[in-house]
Amino acid sequence: MTGLKKNPPARVRNRIIRGVGDSVVETICTAVVGIFALCCLAPFVYVFFTSFMPYTEYLENPLRIIPATFTLQAYRQIWDYALFRSGYAVTIFITVVGTTLSVFLLTISAYPLSKPGLKGRKIIMGMILFTMFFNGGMIPNYLLIRGLGLFNTVWALIIPGSISAFLLILMKNFIRITIPESLEEAAKVDGANDLRILFSIVVPLLKPAIATMTIFSAVQYWNSYYASMLYISDRKLWPLMLVLRELVVEDTSAVSPVTQMLTSAARTHPFTLKMAAIVITLLPILMIYPFMQRYFVKGISLGSVKE
Amino acid sequence: MNNNARTLSKRAQALRYFLTNKYLYLLLLPCVVYFLIFNYAPMYGLVIAFKDFKFSQGIMGSPWTGLENFRYLFGLSDFYRVLWNSVYLSLLRLVICFPIPILLSLMLNEIPIIRFKRLSQTMIYLPYFISWVVIGGILVNLLSPSWGLINELIKQFGGEPVFFLGSSRYFRGIVLVSHVWKNAGWDTIIYLAAITSINPELYEAATIDGASRVQRILHITLPGIKATIVILLLLSIGNLMNNGFEQIFVLQNTSNLQVSEVFETYTYKLGIVNGRFSFATTVGLFSSVVGFTLLILANAGAKLMGEEGIF
Repeated sequence: MTGLKKNPPARVRNRIIRGVGDSVVETICTAVVGIFALCCLAPFVYVFFTSFMPYTEYLENPLRIIPATFTLQAYRQIWDYALFRSGYAVTIFITVVGTTLSVFLLTISAYPLSKPGLKGRKIIMGMILFTMFFNGGMIPNYLLIRGLGLFNTVWALIIPGSISAFLLILMKNFIRITIPESLEEAAKVDGANDLRILFSIVVPLLKPAIATMTIFSAVQYWNSYYASMLYISDRKLWPLMLVLRELVVEDTSAVSPVTQMLTSAARTHPFTLKMAAIVITLLPILMIYPFMQRYFVKGISLGSVKE
Repeated sequence: MNNNARTLSKRAQALRYFLTNKYLYLLLLPCVVYFLIFNYAPMYGLVIAFKDFKFSQGIMGSPWTGLENFRYLFGLSDFYRVLWNSVYLSLLRLVICFPIPILLSLMLNEIPIIRFKRLSQTMIYLPYFISWVVIGGILVNLLSPSWGLINELIKQFGGEPVFFLGSSRYFRGIVLVSHVWKNAGWDTIIYLAAITSINPELYEAATIDGASRVQRILHITLPGIKATIVILLLLSIGNLMNNGFEQIFVLQNTSNLQVSEVFETYTYKLGIVNGRFSFATTVGLFSSVVGFTLLILANAGAKLMGEEGIF
């Protein structure tokens, strides 16, 4: 009976005996966490509103949040920038294809690894775990990509990151916890082979796990720029993050070629353009974020179960 | 004869085992191939640290140079600066950034209003899912001397604008703050997961025994997540030589190079930009061997102290 009890919320716990100390602790914690949470959100709010604001208005009062004049001009100009559009297309492609490949590979690999009795499993797990702590590093990986002929192809951004050791272990733990062995045994007695069991019995039960993997992979593919810095030199194949980097990070002077080209037609200030570019890049993540939370929280909790 | 028959039957048994599980091994095949190609082949590629690698000759054909690259590396004053920058920044992270998620999770756990707690969590986890390019972009523009918010405020109060990212003085502070901003939420989730697995009866018993709220946090919650803290601490120690390419590279520029050059960015410039593949690999190999050794030592130390450790 008692084993089933969950950790009661602080409110219930404290009904037993409440002192003045309790209220003090609760107030301090609420205040500190609240301030930290606001700091986490503030930069987004700031970027979002300044991207709709004429720069002159921003200069008048940099702390003003809600714009008095609302303009979409910066967005129009960013969207007219061909490299930004092609970068968006490349990133969508690598995110969709990469995530699909990644989730498929993670599922089929984690299933056999979740079988405690499978011979050779321990060696393979050891081989996978070792890569989390030691790796060849930047240059040998670069030479490998060139050697495989993947240099300057989108596949260099898709294949190398498709099986993350961390996610594989997470998925393996998921399967072990959610799939009762008796279920598979029953299917075996009915004459189903391991492939059938995996695809028609196990996979449908793994929907929450697959959702978690999809989120982690998609965010990873969308956000990464390390691989493209190394493996893509052709600007036409630049993913969004490299285009954005050139636009908002590298470009600190107001007279750089990108800024000039962008500002020549109309009078949008580079600052506003940069903010708009950031908002367009963030948008997909911000849109799916509210639906993601329950999956990744559960995912991480399960991932901390040790091998 | 007897012996032979036994090995034969053993082999037959192994074969039969393999055949009954053939689909499982088939499913595992892509994964094994993947790790061999993308993780173990590059480890073999590390041999070029002991060679004079030329593209035309390949890894196998390039001539051996023994420890020449290492001797050159250890004689280079740049190397000691990069080593100091990398280790110092990591130590600062360990001392300043590491405790923050622990405090956050302990405090989140004490918040009485569940709705407020949920909302705060949603906000705190968000930055983890944002790219370093975006964060770098926001920081560069927020701190910019020509149009950044911070400098506009300084000007309005009559001060002189400061080029924060162009100065060695502020670089480390900016790295630490942005690191906490992006990553604190992630570790907080891990600690909160550990807190939920603490037996609630412990709290009831302690309350009946007259333990105050703070005492309960210090003597029940904190010891309850100790194992998790140790594991994350060990991983941080193993990462002492790494600072994360993506973060440092977006915040780096020529004027803060004196303090911002760390192993990852140094290797990138030597190898990818300047094409000195062998020498860049030497730098990379040095940092991964030292990092791995630190992890092994820290893990052994944790075990000696009665903790579980990573392996």
